[in-house]
Amino acid sequence: MSTASLRTRLAVRGFDGTTLLVLPGLAVMLGLFIYPFFYGLADSLMPKEGAWYANYAAFFSDPFQYRTIAATLWLALPVTIVNLAFAVPIAFRVRLMTRQRLLTTILVLPITLGTVFVADGLLTFLGPQGWFNRTLLLVGLLDGPVKLTNNYWGVFASLVITGFPFAFLLTLSYVTGIDPAIEQAAATLGASPRQRFMKVFLPLLVPGLAVTFCLAFVQAFAVFPSAVLLGAPAGPTRVISIAAYQAAFEQYDHSLGSAIAMIMGAVELIVVLIVLGGRSLFYRGPTGGTKG
Amino acid sequence: MIRDQGLASKIWRFAVWAVAVLFVLNLIGVIAAVIVNSFATRWLGTWLPVGLTTKWYFSAWKEFQLSSVVLVTFEVVFTVVIISGLLGVTTAYALARRDFPGKRIVVLLFLLPLLIPPLTYGIPLATVLYQLGLGGSFWGVVLINLVPSLPFVVLVMIPFVEQIDPRIEAAARVFGAGTGSLFLRILLPLLLPGMLAALLLVLVRTIAMFELTFLIAGPTSQTLVVSLYYAVFASGVRAGQSIDAMAVVYMVTTLFWLILALQFVNPSQIVARAKQQPTT
Repeated sequence: MSTASLRTRLAVRGFDGTTLLVLPGLAVMLGLFIYPFFYGLADSLMPKEGAWYANYAAFFSDPFQYRTIAATLWLALPVTIVNLAFAVPIAFRVRLMTRQRLLTTILVLPITLGTVFVADGLLTFLGPQGWFNRTLLLVGLLDGPVKLTNNYWGVFASLVITGFPFAFLLTLSYVTGIDPAIEQAAATLGASPRQRFMKVFLPLLVPGLAVTFCLAFVQAFAVFPSAVLLGAPAGPTRVISIAAYQAAFEQYDHSLGSAIAMIMGAVELIVVLIVLGGRSLFYRGPTGGTKG
Repeated sequence: MIRDQGLASKIWRFAVWAVAVLFVLNLIGVIAAVIVNSFATRWLGTWLPVGLTTKWYFSAWKEFQLSSVVLVTFEVVFTVVIISGLLGVTTAYALARRDFPGKRIVVLLFLLPLLIPPLTYGIPLATVLYQLGLGGSFWGVVLINLVPSLPFVVLVMIPFVEQIDPRIEAAARVFGAGTGSLFLRILLPLLLPGMLAALLLVLVRTIAMFELTFLIAGPTSQTLVVSLYYAVFASGVRAGQSIDAMAVVYMVTTLFWLILALQFVNPSQIVARAKQQPTT
């Protein structure tokens, strides 16, 4: 038994020269993602002073810090639900359009421009003299301009502007993946539009919507630049990413900063797991209408 | 296609379209507000500015040292694109062609950075990079940007590699092609459209990547979006029109590449990467 047989045995299990091509990419991910993660975890357990859990104890005993979790969820959850609630019916309409390209191109703009640009634009647009307030005054919906920047609603608006297109485009790709023949079959059998949606489409869509919810939630949960620029970063929109950033780069306490980053990841993971866990309660199966 | 003609259906259809149109109008309003303001001489308390001028572009270009910022942005972005392209395509090729024990874990490793908020892994990584002395440097910015872009290339490329019939490669081997010519003359031409799409998308995403670059960038390694953030953050110091002029410069830089990318991909592919995940 020489090296040749070892090589053959490895190749049978899928290890050969081609498999080795994975290594450079894998090395980068191990070095830049896995190693720093465990470094951060260890770092967070070695506080500047006190016991190993001192950072976590400090975070959860200081209302200024632990309230950031609620502030972040209070922004991210409603925004994600609103975005998804609007994305589904609009995706159902757009699915019937033959020329979707212009609409999808417009909607991809805020995603690619990013939150910083959108925050800058919203500061003018939603400001007391901005077009939004002026239009509402002109129509007569308002008596005086409403304050929409430097508070909760400014951040909310920015998350809708960037988050809705994201949720919509993902939902659209799921909705168009459902065979139209299924709906026609339901209609032939006498199902009303409401029944067709509730009994046919929704169960088919739930797995996709759960994934969309998670991805949209991750984006909203990570809100940072717009919470600073458009919100009240010392007050109601002091989100957890601001707390983590301030600890690590303004107080130069990278140990506490890593601890808050870990808490942030854990909270997000809990929400994602709840949503994905709930998904398994629903139908899972093919969305195509073909035989076999 | 089924069309319901009932009154309730009509009202519902109208309401849905009304919401969609309102959203698009607001979106256009936000972008237009930036563009109009960047050309405004004075814009206070009126629908449109009093007069138009281009002087803010010149002052913004000087004040924010945009020539060097734009140069740094392109250096960073192209370095990230080249590195993540080289590593991503080879990794995707191996993952698409071979089944080996532990493959699922490797794929999961490439999925995680897209599912975790950037600051969660960014803060520990930035700490490590600062301790290595890379804080504020060009390579620090490049390294931190590789974390989301490399997995993105891998996940976009895997389906592209999978759709190339392995028998084509086998045939080339039979006719005596070495690894080098197999890659250059068979795989590269077949993979080129997919690579262009993936790399242009990475390019657009890296230009717009704020959080990670912000954590590590120093005064000489700032990209456009980070400079824009600092300018908006300190608004009041500079004229708003000047900041918006910079925002337009940023927008044009991004949109140029976006339009180029849209020649190769469908807009929904920019977000719908989740569908391409091979696991679950």
